[in-house]
Amino acid sequence: MLSLNNIFDTIDMIDKQHLDIRTITMGISLLDCVSEDPERCCRKIYDKICRRAERLVKTGEDIESEFGIPIVNKRISVTPIALVAGSCATADYVPFALTLDRAAKTCGVNFIGGYSALVHKGFAKGDELLLRAIPQAMAQTDLVCSSVNVGSTRAGINMDAVAAMGRIIKDTAHLTRDTDGLGCAKLVVFCNAVEDNPFMAGAFHGVGEADSVINVGVSGPGVVYHALQKCKGALFDVVAETIKKTAFRITRMGQMVAAEASDRLGVPFGIVDLSLAPTPAVGDSVARILEEMGLETCGTHGTTAALALLNDAVKKGGIMASGHVGGLSGAFIPVSEDEGMIAAAECGTLTIDKLEAMTCVCSVGLDMIAVPGDTSAETISAIIADEAAIGMVNSKTTAVRIIPVEGKDVGDMVEMGGLLGSAPVMPVHKAQSADFIARGGRIPAPLQSLKN
Amino acid sequence: MKAIVTVVGKDQVGIIAGVCNTLADHNINVLDISQTIMEGFFTMMMVVDLALCTESFANLQNVLKTFGEGRGLSIRIQREDIFDAMHKL
Repeated sequence: MLSLNNIFDTIDMIDKQHLDIRTITMGISLLDCVSEDPERCCRKIYDKICRRAERLVKTGEDIESEFGIPIVNKRISVTPIALVAGSCATADYVPFALTLDRAAKTCGVNFIGGYSALVHKGFAKGDELLLRAIPQAMAQTDLVCSSVNVGSTRAGINMDAVAAMGRIIKDTAHLTRDTDGLGCAKLVVFCNAVEDNPFMAGAFHGVGEADSVINVGVSGPGVVYHALQKCKGALFDVVAETIKKTAFRITRMGQMVAAEASDRLGVPFGIVDLSLAPTPAVGDSVARILEEMGLETCGTHGTTAALALLNDAVKKGGIMASGHVGGLSGAFIPVSEDEGMIAAAECGTLTIDKLEAMTCVCSVGLDMIAVPGDTSAETISAIIADEAAIGMVNSKTTAVRIIPVEGKDVGDMVEMGGLLGSAPVMPVHKAQSADFIARGGRIPAPLQSLKN
Repeated sequence: MKAIVTVVGKDQVGIIAGVCNTLADHNINVLDISQTIMEGFFTMMMVVDLALCTESFANLQNVLKTFGEGRGLSIRIQREDIFDAMHKL
């Protein structure tokens, strides 16, 4: 029997601790939209997305209302467009982005992901054309998110793609300079990208997935933070156990919402992403959880260990609560989207080097980081190479979402707006990596034994 | 379908009577009530059965919300499943 305390625990989590479902993402395969005629292909893409996702937003809103749990985002992910557009007789892939944008707006979703290419081992024709179109696509659309997978544990790292992405990020920042490089906030470079990620900017619908599927990403840094406030000074064993129990409850709610959405939409349930996704709101920060463990400021010595514990406990707690777990699963550390990270970066304790170390033990990678506008394309590529190497060697997903903000320098603030938050421009090393990036070729896949 | 009605606000005469009457007006059966004063506030939860209720869930939410607003009470109704998911194995 539910007790009064149970009921009001849940209500407090939602009202006071920012508990929410971060996203319901419908994955839609576009493989059956392939056509040699690009206009016909775009028409088929638009029709299929609108047909499948017609009721997505309404269903999400109904669930929100009936269960009393906020569902912050309703999103769509599609098959990587490089695969779909590859057979079209055109060299201009920007219209595909415009089509996705139009479909997303018709459906009323917050974002659509999948303007993507998988080039971890090399480029096919469609990949090259898609990469070339990314800066214009990001500049001309509002809701389209793009991702490029440049490496994997099995394939190694495609350093030609890494070099290209540095230039593409610079170009995107330039074309969207009026909005402080907002286009770069919708563009992410992956190593070991996953096929069922519900989170933007990196969501795409993998080729191994069903025709359409419902994936759900949960959130709740505020709930974990609140729970840890009750075990001040306790052993780490107690900290881990507390996080596990909290993550279990959060994920059970995510699983229930996912099952409900899947049932109402008549679309199979895919996965729940066991995520701790922060927002810029006070009390919804991953950094503050790490500080609650006893660190004066996030980014100081001990931060990597604290994050390792948090990330592992979230997964252990969540995994039993969900039928199928997937996506990126773990704690996210986007700088601009986390009030505590912003504060730590502003005071100089949290640096890119420390964030890189943190990405070895958490969910994704260098996320939503603003750097000076004069940062070279080669330096950005080198940052991507470092992150990809961490992902490749450790058999985990890593990513880079970095914004070289034109006209801004270290110490300036960049306003991204909404959930994207605001970020202080962080310093990068001045020493050049240009000759390293100029080499090109591939970094071979790493050994999977003799692990030390 | 079962739902949970929660009421929080300043204690006053007739809260339970008023909420129960409103529910009865819509053919909603009360299965369980638990109530206390928490940090000085009247705090109540009711398990209700909506099987015979003809009103839509959204309208019902509005009716209860409006009833509460006139009396300085926060009243909400949510499907029971969310609480079950979080607190029962």
